[in-house]
Amino acid sequence: MMNYDGDPAVHARDLTAVRGGRTVLDALRFDVPRGRVTGLLGPSGCGKSTLLRAIVGTQAKVTGTLDVLGRPAGDPRLRPRIGYVTQDPSVYDDLTVRQNLDYFAAVLHPGRAARALRRDRVTRAVEDVDLTRHADALAGRLSGGQRSRVSLAVALLGAPELLVLDEPTVGLDPVLRRDLWTLFHTLAADRGTTLLVSSHVMDEAERCHRLLLMREGRILADGAPDALRERTGTATVEAAFLHLVDDAAATGRTPEAARTSLEESAR
Amino acid sequence: MTTAPLPAGAPHPAPAPWSPSRTLATAARVLRQLRHDPRTIALMLVVPCVMIALLRYVFDARPQTFDGIGASLLGIFPMITMFLVTSIATLRERTSGTLERLLAMPLGKADLISGYALAFGLLAVLQSALATGLSVWVLGLDVIGSPWLLLLVAVLDALLGTALGLFVSAFAASEFQAVQFMPAVLMPQLLLCGLFTPRDTMQPALRALSDVLPMSYAVDGMNEVLRHPDLTDAFVRDAAVVTGCALLVLALGAATLRRRTA
Repeated sequence: MMNYDGDPAVHARDLTAVRGGRTVLDALRFDVPRGRVTGLLGPSGCGKSTLLRAIVGTQAKVTGTLDVLGRPAGDPRLRPRIGYVTQDPSVYDDLTVRQNLDYFAAVLHPGRAARALRRDRVTRAVEDVDLTRHADALAGRLSGGQRSRVSLAVALLGAPELLVLDEPTVGLDPVLRRDLWTLFHTLAADRGTTLLVSSHVMDEAERCHRLLLMREGRILADGAPDALRERTGTATVEAAFLHLVDDAAATGRTPEAARTSLEESAR
Repeated sequence: MTTAPLPAGAPHPAPAPWSPSRTLATAARVLRQLRHDPRTIALMLVVPCVMIALLRYVFDARPQTFDGIGASLLGIFPMITMFLVTSIATLRERTSGTLERLLAMPLGKADLISGYALAFGLLAVLQSALATGLSVWVLGLDVIGSPWLLLLVAVLDALLGTALGLFVSAFAASEFQAVQFMPAVLMPQLLLCGLFTPRDTMQPALRALSDVLPMSYAVDGMNEVLRHPDLTDAFVRDAAVVTGCALLVLALGAATLRRRTA
Protein backbone atom coordinates (compact mmCIF):
# COMPACT_ATOMS: atom_id res chain seq x y z
CA MET A 1 0.00 0.00 0.00
CA MET A 2 1.30 3.44 -0.88
CA ASN A 3 1.61 6.43 1.35
CA TYR A 4 -0.10 9.69 0.49
CA ASP A 5 0.36 13.21 1.66
CA GLY A 6 -1.98 13.95 4.53
CA ASP A 7 -4.88 11.81 5.73
CA PRO A 8 -6.57 9.74 3.08
CA ALA A 9 -10.25 10.52 2.47
CA VAL A 10 -11.12 6.87 3.03
CA HIS A 11 -9.01 4.50 5.05
CA ALA A 12 -10.01 0.83 5.19
CA ARG A 13 -8.31 -2.02 7.02
CA ASP A 14 -9.70 -5.53 7.26
CA LEU A 15 -13.05 -4.23 6.05
CA THR A 16 -15.59 -7.03 5.84
CA ALA A 17 -19.31 -6.95 5.05
CA VAL A 18 -21.84 -9.77 5.21
CA ARG A 19 -25.10 -9.78 3.28
CA GLY A 20 -27.59 -12.57 3.66
CA GLY A 21 -24.96 -14.87 5.22
CA ARG A 22 -22.54 -14.29 2.33
CA THR A 23 -19.28 -12.42 2.71
CA VAL A 24 -19.58 -9.64 0.14
CA LEU A 25 -16.50 -7.68 1.16
CA ASP A 26 -13.61 -9.82 2.30
CA ALA A 27 -11.02 -8.14 4.53
CA LEU A 28 -10.42 -5.14 2.25
CA ARG A 29 -7.41 -2.92 2.81
CA PHE A 30 -7.08 0.30 0.82
CA ASP A 31 -6.91 4.08 0.96
CA VAL A 32 -8.58 6.71 -1.20
CA PRO A 33 -6.46 9.88 -1.55
CA ARG A 34 -8.03 13.30 -1.09
CA GLY A 35 -8.76 15.63 -3.97
CA ARG A 36 -8.38 12.96 -6.66
CA VAL A 37 -10.71 10.93 -8.84
CA THR A 38 -10.52 7.31 -7.75
CA GLY A 39 -12.22 4.67 -9.86
CA LEU A 40 -13.70 1.54 -8.30
CA LEU A 41 -13.72 -0.91 -11.16
CA GLY A 42 -14.99 -4.43 -11.30
CA PRO A 43 -17.66 -6.64 -12.83
CA SER A 44 -21.31 -6.42 -11.76
CA GLY A 45 -21.95 -8.15 -8.47
CA CYS A 46 -18.36 -7.93 -7.21
CA GLY A 47 -19.35 -5.85 -4.18
CA LYS A 48 -18.78 -2.31 -5.49
CA SER A 49 -22.15 -0.98 -4.36
CA THR A 50 -21.82 -2.62 -0.95
CA LEU A 51 -18.41 -1.02 -0.50
CA LEU A 52 -19.77 2.41 -1.47
CA ARG A 53 -22.74 1.94 0.87
CA ALA A 54 -20.35 1.01 3.68
CA ILE A 55 -18.38 4.21 3.07
CA VAL A 56 -21.53 6.31 3.06
CA GLY A 57 -22.69 4.54 6.22
CA THR A 58 -25.88 2.91 4.96
CA GLN A 59 -24.61 -0.68 4.88
CA ALA A 60 -25.41 -2.91 7.85
CA LYS A 61 -23.12 -5.66 9.19
CA VAL A 62 -19.78 -4.06 8.37
CA THR A 63 -16.74 -4.96 10.49
CA GLY A 64 -13.12 -3.85 10.53
CA THR A 65 -11.74 -0.33 10.27
CA LEU A 66 -13.34 2.15 7.92
CA ASP A 67 -12.53 5.81 8.44
CA VAL A 68 -14.01 8.45 6.19
CA LEU A 69 -12.71 12.02 6.30
CA GLY A 70 -11.10 11.23 9.63
CA ARG A 71 -14.16 9.75 11.31
CA PRO A 72 -15.63 6.26 11.49
CA ALA A 73 -18.01 5.65 8.55
CA GLY A 74 -21.62 6.35 9.44
CA ASP A 75 -20.80 9.09 11.98
CA PRO A 76 -23.73 11.56 11.88
CA ARG A 77 -21.28 14.45 11.50
CA LEU A 78 -20.18 13.02 8.16
CA ARG A 79 -23.64 13.25 6.61
CA PRO A 80 -23.38 16.89 5.46
CA ARG A 81 -19.86 16.28 4.12
CA ILE A 82 -20.54 13.33 1.80
CA GLY A 83 -22.52 13.38 -1.42
CA TYR A 84 -23.85 9.98 -2.47
CA VAL A 85 -25.44 9.03 -5.77
CA THR A 86 -27.05 5.60 -5.89
CA GLN A 87 -27.02 3.47 -8.99
CA ASP A 88 -30.69 4.09 -9.73
CA PRO A 89 -31.54 7.78 -9.68
CA SER A 90 -33.11 8.56 -6.31
CA VAL A 91 -35.23 11.62 -6.90
CA TYR A 92 -38.93 12.36 -6.65
CA ASP A 93 -40.49 11.69 -10.05
CA ASP A 94 -43.55 13.78 -9.21
CA LEU A 95 -41.55 16.94 -8.55
CA THR A 96 -39.78 19.17 -11.04
CA VAL A 97 -35.98 19.21 -11.17
CA ARG A 98 -35.89 22.48 -9.28
CA GLN A 99 -38.41 21.35 -6.65
CA ASN A 100 -36.32 18.24 -6.04
CA LEU A 101 -33.20 20.33 -5.55
CA ASP A 102 -35.02 22.91 -3.42
CA TYR A 103 -36.12 20.20 -1.02
CA PHE A 104 -32.76 18.48 -0.68
CA ALA A 105 -31.10 21.89 -0.32
CA ALA A 106 -33.50 22.67 2.53
CA VAL A 107 -32.46 19.42 4.22
CA LEU A 108 -28.78 20.36 3.90
CA HIS A 109 -29.10 24.05 4.73
CA PRO A 110 -32.32 24.54 6.70
CA GLY A 111 -33.76 27.81 7.87
CA ARG A 112 -34.62 31.22 6.49
CA ALA A 113 -31.10 32.54 6.95
CA ALA A 114 -29.75 30.07 4.39
CA ARG A 115 -32.26 31.00 1.71
CA ALA A 116 -29.79 32.90 -0.51
CA LEU A 117 -27.19 30.16 -0.10
CA ARG A 118 -29.78 27.55 -1.11
CA ARG A 119 -30.75 29.49 -4.20
CA ASP A 120 -27.11 29.79 -5.30
CA ARG A 121 -26.39 26.13 -4.64
CA VAL A 122 -29.45 24.98 -6.57
CA THR A 123 -28.62 27.19 -9.54
CA ARG A 124 -25.01 26.03 -9.55
CA ALA A 125 -25.94 22.34 -9.26
CA VAL A 126 -28.39 22.62 -12.17
CA GLU A 127 -25.68 24.27 -14.26
CA ASP A 128 -23.06 21.72 -13.22
CA VAL A 129 -25.11 18.88 -14.67
CA ASP A 130 -26.29 20.95 -17.63
CA LEU A 131 -30.02 20.72 -16.92
CA THR A 132 -30.87 24.43 -16.84
CA ARG A 133 -33.23 24.02 -19.79
CA HIS A 134 -35.10 21.25 -17.99
CA ALA A 135 -35.21 22.81 -14.53
CA ASP A 136 -38.99 23.10 -14.56
CA ALA A 137 -39.73 19.69 -16.04
CA LEU A 138 -41.05 16.87 -13.86
CA ALA A 139 -38.21 14.47 -13.04
CA GLY A 140 -40.42 11.53 -14.06
CA ARG A 141 -40.79 12.94 -17.57
CA LEU A 142 -37.04 13.14 -18.17
CA SER A 143 -34.94 10.52 -19.95
CA GLY A 144 -32.95 8.01 -17.89
CA GLY A 145 -29.71 9.90 -18.39
CA GLN A 146 -31.31 13.20 -17.41
CA ARG A 147 -32.81 11.67 -14.28
CA SER A 148 -29.45 10.32 -13.20
CA ARG A 149 -28.01 13.80 -13.69
CA VAL A 150 -30.73 15.21 -11.41
CA SER A 151 -29.64 12.63 -8.87
CA LEU A 152 -26.04 13.79 -9.30
CA ALA A 153 -27.08 17.43 -8.94
CA VAL A 154 -28.65 16.59 -5.57
CA ALA A 155 -25.33 15.17 -4.40
CA LEU A 156 -23.50 18.33 -5.50
CA LEU A 157 -25.81 20.64 -3.51
CA GLY A 158 -23.95 20.42 -0.23
CA ALA A 159 -20.54 21.07 -1.85
CA PRO A 160 -19.43 17.76 -0.35
CA GLU A 161 -15.79 17.01 0.44
CA LEU A 162 -16.29 13.43 -0.67
CA LEU A 163 -18.51 12.48 -3.59
CA VAL A 164 -19.43 8.80 -3.84
CA LEU A 165 -20.92 7.89 -7.21
CA ASP A 166 -22.29 4.44 -7.97
CA GLU A 167 -22.08 3.80 -11.73
CA PRO A 168 -22.95 7.39 -12.68
CA THR A 169 -22.32 6.97 -16.40
CA VAL A 170 -24.26 3.77 -17.12
CA GLY A 171 -26.51 4.12 -20.14
CA LEU A 172 -25.33 7.61 -21.08
CA ASP A 173 -24.35 8.55 -24.59
CA PRO A 174 -20.60 9.08 -25.22
CA VAL A 175 -20.83 12.87 -25.33
CA LEU A 176 -22.62 13.03 -22.02
CA ARG A 177 -20.18 10.57 -20.52
CA ARG A 178 -17.25 12.70 -21.59
CA ASP A 179 -18.95 15.82 -20.16
CA LEU A 180 -19.55 14.10 -16.83
CA TRP A 181 -15.95 12.97 -16.56
CA THR A 182 -14.87 16.53 -17.33
CA LEU A 183 -17.15 17.69 -14.52
CA PHE A 184 -15.65 15.11 -12.13
CA HIS A 185 -12.15 16.36 -12.89
CA THR A 186 -13.23 19.99 -12.52
CA LEU A 187 -14.72 19.17 -9.11
CA ALA A 188 -11.47 17.55 -8.01
CA ALA A 189 -9.22 20.27 -9.43
CA ASP A 190 -11.21 23.42 -8.63
CA ARG A 191 -13.21 22.50 -5.53
CA GLY A 192 -10.78 19.99 -4.05
CA THR A 193 -13.50 17.35 -3.96
CA THR A 194 -12.52 13.71 -3.48
CA LEU A 195 -14.39 11.52 -5.94
CA LEU A 196 -14.93 7.80 -5.67
CA VAL A 197 -16.61 6.59 -8.86
CA SER A 198 -17.63 3.00 -9.48
CA SER A 199 -18.01 1.49 -12.91
CA HIS A 200 -18.08 -1.90 -14.55
CA VAL A 201 -16.92 -0.41 -17.85
CA MET A 202 -13.17 -0.80 -17.90
CA ASP A 203 -12.45 1.94 -20.42
CA GLU A 204 -13.65 4.48 -17.87
CA ALA A 205 -10.68 3.45 -15.75
CA GLU A 206 -8.34 5.39 -18.02
CA ARG A 207 -10.03 8.61 -16.90
CA CYS A 208 -9.25 8.13 -13.21
CA HIS A 209 -6.23 9.31 -11.26
CA ARG A 210 -6.24 6.12 -9.25
CA LEU A 211 -7.92 2.78 -9.48
CA LEU A 212 -9.21 0.14 -7.16
CA LEU A 213 -9.80 -3.05 -9.12
CA MET A 214 -12.28 -5.32 -7.45
CA ARG A 215 -13.43 -8.85 -8.02
CA GLU A 216 -15.54 -11.21 -5.91
CA GLY A 217 -15.38 -9.02 -2.84
CA ARG A 218 -11.63 -8.48 -2.90
CA ILE A 219 -9.34 -5.72 -4.11
CA LEU A 220 -7.20 -7.11 -6.92
CA ALA A 221 -5.04 -4.05 -7.38
CA ASP A 222 -4.73 -0.47 -6.25
CA GLY A 223 -2.77 2.21 -8.07
CA ALA A 224 -2.61 4.67 -10.94
CA PRO A 225 -3.75 3.34 -14.35
CA ASP A 226 -0.24 3.76 -15.80
CA ALA A 227 1.38 1.91 -12.95
CA LEU A 228 -1.10 -0.95 -13.29
CA ARG A 229 -0.47 -1.31 -16.99
CA GLU A 230 3.26 -1.17 -16.44
CA ARG A 231 3.24 -3.70 -13.64
CA THR A 232 1.22 -6.20 -15.66
CA GLY A 233 2.90 -5.41 -18.98
CA THR A 234 -0.43 -4.74 -20.67
CA ALA A 235 -1.76 -2.01 -22.94
CA THR A 236 -5.12 -1.31 -21.31
CA VAL A 237 -6.58 -1.44 -17.83
CA GLU A 238 -8.98 -4.10 -19.06
CA ALA A 239 -6.06 -6.31 -20.06
CA ALA A 240 -4.36 -5.54 -16.76
CA PHE A 241 -7.52 -6.58 -14.93
CA LEU A 242 -7.70 -9.87 -16.83
CA HIS A 243 -4.03 -10.47 -16.20
CA LEU A 244 -4.53 -10.00 -12.48
CA VAL A 245 -7.59 -12.25 -12.44
CA ASP A 246 -5.59 -14.94 -14.19
CA ASP A 247 -2.68 -14.50 -11.84
CA ALA A 248 -5.02 -15.15 -8.98
CA ALA A 249 -6.51 -18.13 -10.78
CA ALA A 250 -3.08 -19.52 -11.68
CA THR A 251 -2.47 -20.13 -8.01
CA GLY A 252 -4.68 -23.12 -8.71
CA ARG A 253 -8.38 -22.64 -8.83
CA THR A 254 -9.85 -23.71 -12.16
CA PRO A 255 -8.19 -25.05 -15.30
CA GLU A 256 -10.69 -22.92 -17.20
CA ALA A 257 -9.18 -19.74 -15.82
CA ALA A 258 -5.64 -20.95 -16.46
CA ARG A 259 -6.44 -21.54 -20.13
CA THR A 260 -7.80 -18.00 -20.45
CA SER A 261 -4.58 -16.84 -18.91
CA LEU A 262 -2.53 -18.49 -21.67
CA GLU A 263 -4.70 -17.04 -24.40
CA GLU A 264 -4.44 -13.67 -22.77
CA SER A 265 -0.66 -13.67 -22.56
CA ALA A 266 -0.45 -14.86 -26.19
CA ARG A 267 -2.25 -11.71 -27.31
CA MET B 1 -16.09 -0.21 13.25
CA THR B 2 -13.29 1.32 15.23
CA THR B 3 -13.37 4.88 16.44
CA ALA B 4 -10.87 7.31 15.00
CA PRO B 5 -9.43 9.97 17.30
CA LEU B 6 -11.50 13.12 16.87
CA PRO B 7 -9.63 16.31 16.07
CA ALA B 8 -9.91 18.86 18.84
CA GLY B 9 -12.65 21.46 18.39
CA ALA B 10 -14.35 19.50 15.61
CA PRO B 11 -15.77 22.00 13.10
CA HIS B 12 -18.58 19.67 12.02
CA PRO B 13 -21.35 19.51 14.59
CA ALA B 14 -23.75 16.57 14.55
CA PRO B 15 -27.07 17.50 12.94
CA ALA B 16 -29.95 18.08 15.36
CA PRO B 17 -32.25 15.05 15.76
CA TRP B 18 -35.27 17.24 15.03
CA SER B 19 -35.39 20.56 13.24
CA PRO B 20 -38.56 22.58 12.63
CA SER B 21 -37.24 23.94 9.31
CA ARG B 22 -36.44 20.47 7.98
CA THR B 23 -39.85 19.23 9.12
CA LEU B 24 -41.62 22.12 7.36
CA ALA B 25 -39.52 21.59 4.24
CA THR B 26 -40.49 17.91 4.24
CA ALA B 27 -44.18 18.67 4.72
CA ALA B 28 -44.04 21.25 1.91
CA ARG B 29 -42.32 18.72 -0.33
CA VAL B 30 -44.98 16.05 0.33
CA LEU B 31 -47.77 18.54 -0.41
CA ARG B 32 -45.97 19.70 -3.56
CA GLN B 33 -45.78 16.09 -4.75
CA LEU B 34 -49.52 15.75 -4.17
CA ARG B 35 -50.18 18.95 -6.06
CA HIS B 36 -48.76 17.31 -9.15
CA ASP B 37 -51.38 14.60 -8.65
CA PRO B 38 -54.71 16.46 -8.49
CA ARG B 39 -56.71 13.29 -9.05
CA THR B 40 -55.51 11.80 -5.77
CA ILE B 41 -56.43 14.98 -3.91
CA ALA B 42 -59.87 15.00 -5.52
CA LEU B 43 -60.44 11.35 -4.61
CA MET B 44 -59.31 11.91 -1.04
CA LEU B 45 -61.66 14.84 -0.58
CA VAL B 46 -64.67 13.72 -2.58
CA VAL B 47 -64.97 10.00 -1.84
CA PRO B 48 -65.75 10.36 1.90
CA CYS B 49 -68.38 13.00 1.12
CA VAL B 50 -70.01 10.75 -1.48
CA MET B 51 -70.02 7.81 0.94
CA ILE B 52 -71.63 9.83 3.71
CA ALA B 53 -74.24 11.18 1.29
CA LEU B 54 -74.90 7.65 0.05
CA LEU B 55 -75.35 6.43 3.61
CA ARG B 56 -77.80 9.23 4.36
CA TYR B 57 -80.11 8.03 1.60
CA VAL B 58 -79.60 4.33 2.30
CA PHE B 59 -81.09 5.04 5.74
CA ASP B 60 -83.62 7.48 4.30
CA ALA B 61 -86.46 6.06 6.36
CA ARG B 62 -84.41 5.83 9.61
CA PRO B 63 -82.61 9.12 10.32
CA GLN B 64 -81.56 7.88 13.82
CA THR B 65 -79.57 5.07 12.28
CA PHE B 66 -77.85 7.57 10.00
CA ASP B 67 -76.98 9.70 13.04
CA GLY B 68 -75.21 6.81 14.76
CA ILE B 69 -73.42 5.31 11.79
CA GLY B 70 -72.74 8.64 10.11
CA ALA B 71 -70.93 10.05 13.13
CA SER B 72 -68.84 6.89 13.48
CA LEU B 73 -67.94 6.96 9.81
CA LEU B 74 -66.79 10.56 10.08
CA GLY B 75 -64.12 9.18 12.38
CA ILE B 76 -63.35 6.10 10.32
CA PHE B 77 -62.98 7.61 6.83
CA PRO B 78 -60.01 9.84 7.59
CA MET B 79 -58.28 6.92 9.25
CA ILE B 80 -58.71 4.65 6.21
CA THR B 81 -57.73 7.28 3.65
CA MET B 82 -54.69 8.44 5.54
CA PHE B 83 -53.63 4.87 6.19
CA LEU B 84 -53.67 4.09 2.48
CA VAL B 85 -52.06 7.30 1.33
CA THR B 86 -49.30 7.18 3.92
CA SER B 87 -48.44 3.52 3.49
CA ILE B 88 -48.11 3.89 -0.28
CA ALA B 89 -46.24 7.20 -0.05
CA THR B 90 -43.69 5.86 2.43
CA LEU B 91 -43.34 2.64 0.50
CA ARG B 92 -42.55 4.67 -2.62
CA GLU B 93 -40.02 6.64 -0.62
CA ARG B 94 -38.39 3.35 0.37
CA THR B 95 -38.40 1.73 -3.08
CA SER B 96 -37.33 4.83 -5.03
CA GLY B 97 -34.12 5.13 -3.01
CA THR B 98 -35.03 8.60 -1.81
CA LEU B 99 -35.38 7.32 1.75
CA GLU B 100 -31.85 5.92 1.70
CA ARG B 101 -30.61 9.18 0.25
CA LEU B 102 -32.41 11.25 2.89
CA LEU B 103 -31.12 9.08 5.72
CA ALA B 104 -27.59 9.50 4.37
CA MET B 105 -28.16 13.26 4.59
CA PRO B 106 -28.44 15.32 7.75
CA LEU B 107 -32.16 14.64 8.12
CA GLY B 108 -33.51 13.40 11.44
CA LYS B 109 -35.98 10.51 11.37
CA ALA B 110 -38.26 12.69 13.46
CA ASP B 111 -38.06 15.37 10.74
CA LEU B 112 -39.24 12.91 8.13
CA ILE B 113 -42.04 11.42 10.23
CA SER B 114 -43.34 14.71 11.53
CA GLY B 115 -43.11 16.19 8.04
CA TYR B 116 -45.32 13.42 6.71
CA ALA B 117 -47.68 13.65 9.68
CA LEU B 118 -47.97 17.41 9.20
CA ALA B 119 -48.64 17.26 5.46
CA PHE B 120 -51.20 14.48 5.66
CA GLY B 121 -52.62 16.00 8.85
CA LEU B 122 -53.40 19.19 6.92
CA LEU B 123 -55.10 17.17 4.22
CA ALA B 124 -57.02 15.30 6.89
CA VAL B 125 -58.27 18.57 8.36
CA LEU B 126 -59.54 19.56 4.93
CA GLN B 127 -61.12 16.18 4.29
CA SER B 128 -62.75 16.00 7.71
CA ALA B 129 -64.00 19.58 7.50
CA LEU B 130 -65.68 18.85 4.19
CA ALA B 131 -67.26 15.59 5.35
CA THR B 132 -68.32 16.96 8.73
CA GLY B 133 -69.73 20.16 7.23
CA LEU B 134 -71.63 18.23 4.60
CA SER B 135 -73.06 15.81 7.17
CA VAL B 136 -74.12 18.43 9.72
CA TRP B 137 -75.39 21.22 7.50
CA VAL B 138 -76.55 19.50 4.33
CA LEU B 139 -77.43 15.93 5.22
CA GLY B 140 -78.96 16.82 8.57
CA LEU B 141 -76.75 14.72 10.84
CA ASP B 142 -78.19 15.36 14.28
CA VAL B 143 -75.27 16.18 16.58
CA ILE B 144 -75.99 17.36 20.12
CA GLY B 145 -72.38 18.35 20.88
CA SER B 146 -70.14 20.75 19.00
CA PRO B 147 -69.25 19.93 15.38
CA TRP B 148 -65.74 21.25 16.23
CA LEU B 149 -65.28 18.29 18.55
CA LEU B 150 -66.32 15.97 15.72
CA LEU B 151 -63.64 17.61 13.60
CA LEU B 152 -61.08 17.25 16.37
CA VAL B 153 -61.71 13.50 16.67
CA ALA B 154 -61.63 13.15 12.89
CA VAL B 155 -58.22 14.82 12.76
CA LEU B 156 -56.87 12.65 15.57
CA ASP B 157 -58.17 9.59 13.70
CA ALA B 158 -56.42 10.78 10.56
CA LEU B 159 -53.21 11.10 12.53
CA LEU B 160 -53.67 7.55 13.78
CA GLY B 161 -54.24 6.38 10.21
CA THR B 162 -51.05 8.16 9.12
CA ALA B 163 -49.13 6.54 11.94
CA LEU B 164 -50.44 3.05 11.17
CA GLY B 165 -49.74 3.47 7.47
CA LEU B 166 -46.19 4.59 8.14
CA PHE B 167 -45.58 1.68 10.47
CA VAL B 168 -47.08 -0.94 8.18
CA SER B 169 -45.19 0.27 5.12
CA ALA B 170 -42.01 -1.04 6.73
CA PHE B 171 -43.40 -4.57 6.39
CA ALA B 172 -44.64 -4.26 2.83
CA ALA B 173 -42.24 -5.08 0.02
CA SER B 174 -44.56 -3.91 -2.75
CA GLU B 175 -47.62 -1.76 -3.39
CA PHE B 176 -49.68 -4.96 -3.62
CA GLN B 177 -48.74 -5.93 -0.10
CA ALA B 178 -49.25 -2.40 1.20
CA VAL B 179 -52.81 -2.33 -0.10
CA GLN B 180 -53.51 -5.75 1.42
CA PHE B 181 -52.45 -4.45 4.82
CA MET B 182 -55.49 -2.19 4.73
CA PRO B 183 -58.04 -4.99 5.24
CA ALA B 184 -55.62 -6.83 7.52
CA VAL B 185 -55.08 -3.91 9.89
CA LEU B 186 -58.30 -1.93 9.55
CA MET B 187 -61.06 -4.49 8.87
CA PRO B 188 -60.85 -6.22 12.28
CA GLN B 189 -60.98 -2.82 13.93
CA LEU B 190 -63.92 -1.86 11.76
CA LEU B 191 -65.84 -5.00 12.78
CA LEU B 192 -65.04 -4.60 16.47
CA CYS B 193 -65.27 -0.85 16.90
CA GLY B 194 -68.99 -0.79 17.69
CA LEU B 195 -70.13 0.38 14.28
CA PHE B 196 -72.27 -2.70 13.62
CA THR B 197 -73.33 -3.56 17.11
CA PRO B 198 -72.67 -1.99 20.53
CA ARG B 199 -69.36 -3.24 21.90
CA ASP B 200 -70.83 -4.43 25.23
CA THR B 201 -73.10 -6.90 23.45
CA MET B 202 -70.18 -8.72 21.80
CA GLN B 203 -68.82 -12.08 22.87
CA PRO B 204 -66.61 -11.30 25.93
CA ALA B 205 -63.31 -12.20 24.26
CA LEU B 206 -64.10 -9.96 21.30
CA ARG B 207 -65.27 -7.27 23.67
CA ALA B 208 -61.89 -7.40 25.40
CA LEU B 209 -60.13 -7.31 22.04
CA SER B 210 -62.15 -4.28 20.96
CA ASP B 211 -61.04 -2.58 24.19
CA VAL B 212 -57.41 -2.60 23.04
CA LEU B 213 -58.00 -1.51 19.45
CA PRO B 214 -57.67 2.24 18.91
CA MET B 215 -60.53 2.57 16.41
CA SER B 216 -63.02 1.63 19.15
CA TYR B 217 -62.07 4.79 21.00
CA ALA B 218 -62.36 6.86 17.84
CA VAL B 219 -65.93 5.67 17.38
CA ASP B 220 -66.76 6.02 21.09
CA GLY B 221 -65.48 9.59 20.99
CA MET B 222 -67.67 10.40 18.01
CA ASN B 223 -70.70 8.96 19.79
CA GLU B 224 -69.96 11.03 22.91
CA VAL B 225 -70.11 14.21 20.81
CA LEU B 226 -73.27 12.94 19.13
CA ARG B 227 -75.14 12.42 22.41
CA HIS B 228 -73.80 15.00 24.88
CA PRO B 229 -73.98 18.78 24.63
CA ASP B 230 -70.65 19.40 26.34
CA LEU B 231 -67.22 17.91 26.82
CA THR B 232 -67.55 14.66 28.79
CA ASP B 233 -64.85 12.81 30.70
CA ALA B 234 -65.40 9.83 28.45
CA PHE B 235 -64.74 12.02 25.41
CA VAL B 236 -61.50 13.33 26.87
CA ARG B 237 -60.41 9.77 27.64
CA ASP B 238 -61.27 8.59 24.12
CA ALA B 239 -59.43 11.48 22.48
CA ALA B 240 -56.41 10.89 24.73
CA VAL B 241 -56.33 7.17 23.87
CA VAL B 242 -56.47 7.87 20.14
CA THR B 243 -53.73 10.52 20.41
CA GLY B 244 -51.58 8.28 22.59
CA CYS B 245 -51.92 5.38 20.17
CA ALA B 246 -51.05 7.63 17.23
CA LEU B 247 -47.91 8.92 18.95
CA LEU B 248 -46.89 5.41 20.03
CA VAL B 249 -47.28 4.02 16.52
CA LEU B 250 -45.43 7.04 15.06
CA ALA B 251 -42.54 6.28 17.39
CA LEU B 252 -42.64 2.61 16.30
CA GLY B 253 -42.70 3.82 12.69
CA ALA B 254 -39.59 5.91 13.33
CA ALA B 255 -37.89 2.81 14.68
CA THR B 256 -38.53 1.00 11.37
CA LEU B 257 -36.55 3.65 9.46
CA ARG B 258 -33.04 2.29 9.48
CA ARG B 259 -30.07 4.25 8.30
CA ARG B 260 -28.08 1.08 7.83
CA THR B 261 -29.70 -1.69 5.83
CA ALA B 262 -28.43 -5.04 4.60
